[in-house]
Amino acid sequence: MADTHGAVAEHNPNLRHHFDTMEQQFDSATLGMWVFLLTEIMFFGGMFCAYMIYRSMYPGAFASTSMHMDPMFGAINTAVLIVSSLSMALAVRAARLGQQQALQILLLVTIFFGLAFLGVKAFEYHAHWVDNKVPLFAGHWDYSNTKDFPNQAQYARPAQILFCFYFFMTGFHAVHMLVGVVLMLTIFMMARRGKFGPTYFTPVEISGLYWHFVDIVWIFLFPLLYLIGRTKKLI
Amino acid sequence: MHPVSSVRTYVLVWLTLTILTFVTYYVAQIELGEWNIVVALLIAFFKMMLVILIFMNVKAESPLTKLFVGAGFFWMVLLLGQVAIDYISRTWMPEGKMW
Amino acid sequence: MSTVLQDPQTIETPNYLNAEYGWKSWLFTTDHKRIAVLYMISITVMFVLGGIFAGLIRLELLTPQGDLVNSDTYNKFFTMHGIIMVFFFLIPSIPATLGNFLVPMMIGAKDLAFPRINLLSWYIYIAGALFALIAIVMGGVDTGWTFYTPFSSTFSNTFVITAAVGVFIAGFSSILTGLNFIVTIHKMRAPGMTWGRLPLFVWAHYATSLIQVLGTPVVAITLALVGLERAFHIGIFDPAIGGDPILFQHMFWFYSHPAVYIMILPGMGVISELVSCFSRKAVFGYSFVAASSIGIAVIGFLVWGHHMFVTGMSMYASLYFSLLSFLVAVPSAIKVFNWTATMFRGSISYDTPMLYAFGFIGLFTIGGLTGLFLATLAVDVHVTDTYFVVAHFHYVMVGGMVLAYMGGLHFWWPKITGRMYPEGWAKFSALLVFVGFNLTFFPQFIAGYLGQPRRYHAYAPEFQVYNVLSTAGATVLGVGYIIPFIYFMWSLKYGPLAGNNPWKAKGLEWQTTSPPPTYNFETPPIVTEEAYAYAAHKEEHGG
Repeated sequence: MADTHGAVAEHNPNLRHHFDTMEQQFDSATLGMWVFLLTEIMFFGGMFCAYMIYRSMYPGAFASTSMHMDPMFGAINTAVLIVSSLSMALAVRAARLGQQQALQILLLVTIFFGLAFLGVKAFEYHAHWVDNKVPLFAGHWDYSNTKDFPNQAQYARPAQILFCFYFFMTGFHAVHMLVGVVLMLTIFMMARRGKFGPTYFTPVEISGLYWHFVDIVWIFLFPLLYLIGRTKKLI
Repeated sequence: MHPVSSVRTYVLVWLTLTILTFVTYYVAQIELGEWNIVVALLIAFFKMMLVILIFMNVKAESPLTKLFVGAGFFWMVLLLGQVAIDYISRTWMPEGKMW
Repeated sequence: MSTVLQDPQTIETPNYLNAEYGWKSWLFTTDHKRIAVLYMISITVMFVLGGIFAGLIRLELLTPQGDLVNSDTYNKFFTMHGIIMVFFFLIPSIPATLGNFLVPMMIGAKDLAFPRINLLSWYIYIAGALFALIAIVMGGVDTGWTFYTPFSSTFSNTFVITAAVGVFIAGFSSILTGLNFIVTIHKMRAPGMTWGRLPLFVWAHYATSLIQVLGTPVVAITLALVGLERAFHIGIFDPAIGGDPILFQHMFWFYSHPAVYIMILPGMGVISELVSCFSRKAVFGYSFVAASSIGIAVIGFLVWGHHMFVTGMSMYASLYFSLLSFLVAVPSAIKVFNWTATMFRGSISYDTPMLYAFGFIGLFTIGGLTGLFLATLAVDVHVTDTYFVVAHFHYVMVGGMVLAYMGGLHFWWPKITGRMYPEGWAKFSALLVFVGFNLTFFPQFIAGYLGQPRRYHAYAPEFQVYNVLSTAGATVLGVGYIIPFIYFMWSLKYGPLAGNNPWKAKGLEWQTTSPPPTYNFETPPIVTEEAYAYAAHKEEHGG
């Protein structure tokens, strides 16, 4: 805190010149990350707001579109992300305790599950592409009646909106995941060079906060996109 | 700085989160009418609180951090709530129900 | 001027300006003071550009016939004027220049918490500005600065996406500045600098930063959705294909109404400093003024619907937003009353910054009170989309923020450059700005109340007298801006040395040398007294 000015600064090579103590630097970085996450909350908040209004306007159409998504994939992906969050939390713990070996392994585990999530997501996107459920491209949009979905053509127009939100929200989430994976690779390289220890683990800590936040967004996206009207026979 | 939680705590939280994920999945297939979405969101909210408090370690953080986390939710409610005021009180909503 | 003939004096003390030389030392600097100067140069360029569009608008409106340009070109003029002035001048104006320069100094810090992010925010701003400039060069935008759908997303055949990308990018520069300020104010205060001792300028910037951080992401996502709809023809906001245009307005104004407080709160912070210094008195009711800044930031998020009374929003929502809009007048009024109470029985001196402060208080009061007219549902329906609205927000934005920016610039110019400007010319131009401003915008209240609609290049002949007055005023106003530009440039080389504290003002920024050294203070300051301890100052020096 600001009151610690008088203390003699430890000569930690990681202390930047405009801070007085390592603790001040750590607190500033952590608070900075929290403020950044505030902006992220509002960023996704705008999307959730638009989603809320359109879902209330077109409940039938939204349920109809949800039938084209496989909730098992969504659930598995949620579980994958939760595992990566666990390994991330343990990585931060290892960094704090100075366990170098554990830190590196846990970071690799986090990266692996992050990539696994993106892989499943890519697989799902590909299925929608083949299935012509991508309203962004006229050639890949077809919402006419089929054998499995006999009455869906009535929803063709509002269904575009949900699929649009689906790609927009999961797409933005995937971009955040990608950024997270790159971030974790950087942290991993730093960890390999032995940068972190009990006195300096700020980058691990704040990247961890980011990773958990991205996880939380998905915790909400899963029920909102995959699990609409699963019990109703709308189609 | 803050004390670290035990590995056991983290694993227990992970177990709870995973179980809740599949609970959401199965509850969605039971007919609860308008309560389906409410239950799904309540479970999601509970999962989020677990991640925030334990994984992100907010339970051990300073009041300032808690204030900022709270502010995030407050402003989210301002956005969603005040937009909803308009739509709920319109009499000419195209398809009647809110959910 | 005879002083030009004197040999210019040079500044010998080590400072942030002579620490390093060459363009690299500026473009790769992480010093908050140099970044503030970079911002100052960039927003001046944007201000000139926005001003040129304003001049073209006033020129067209000199006559009732649309004779200078056709309506399409006129639409582009007012749109580019609005986009540039709002997103590229007003929003970064005081926070990114004076705030960037002064917030760390006022709290006794060596720099902002994240100096490299601070530099990054300037580059992001430049990238956003470039997109806006490309949009202008390619042929402009005609949607109005509000990008209302479905016109912007479907029908307009101008460069909406380019301009929206520019605004989207510039938003992140604003977010990063806000983030930096919040962390700096929380974590970087000097020993003894408690929250109750923070200068009100810092309080105002804290409140501003909250809005920047919490509001800007929403407008970014909204513009991204508009871009998506326009590029791929998906009906998100276009009612013809199932969307809802009113939702766009909700999400747009969720940011853009609080954004007008981004554009006025820092100005209020400047005025608190000026009024206190030139009355030689502590600000009356310090804690109320500080709390009212936070109050404005929070209540500002509860009132956006008053922009939408005639859009088809539910009447109950209109009622709700109308009532809450009156509420925001309370903290604003607290500030105005407390400034006047500060001046009461103070020993007031009439230096240039104080003249701007007087102008601010009067004009902001008019702008604020007419805001209450507009918050009243029935009156708003009568004057929506007339020049009454135009006059109202120019009284707040120009009469408020620009005057505060000019006042602050004069007040801290000796600190920033180490030199004084010519006082006579400065007073003259402050007077010109005040007269020119009122001449420009007061007639618009009348024309608007009588029913002249905004955003048309032609109008009914009975409004001509008001428009001629307005155009004449705009000319005076323009001269009032050019004169300071000239003498500020002149003072960089020929201005007399200012000394460390030419105004005998309180505040940590005046305790260091002018211009300040790279890390602001030779020895880290320790704060032992309240802000604005002018009475104590008097005793020390025997009155």
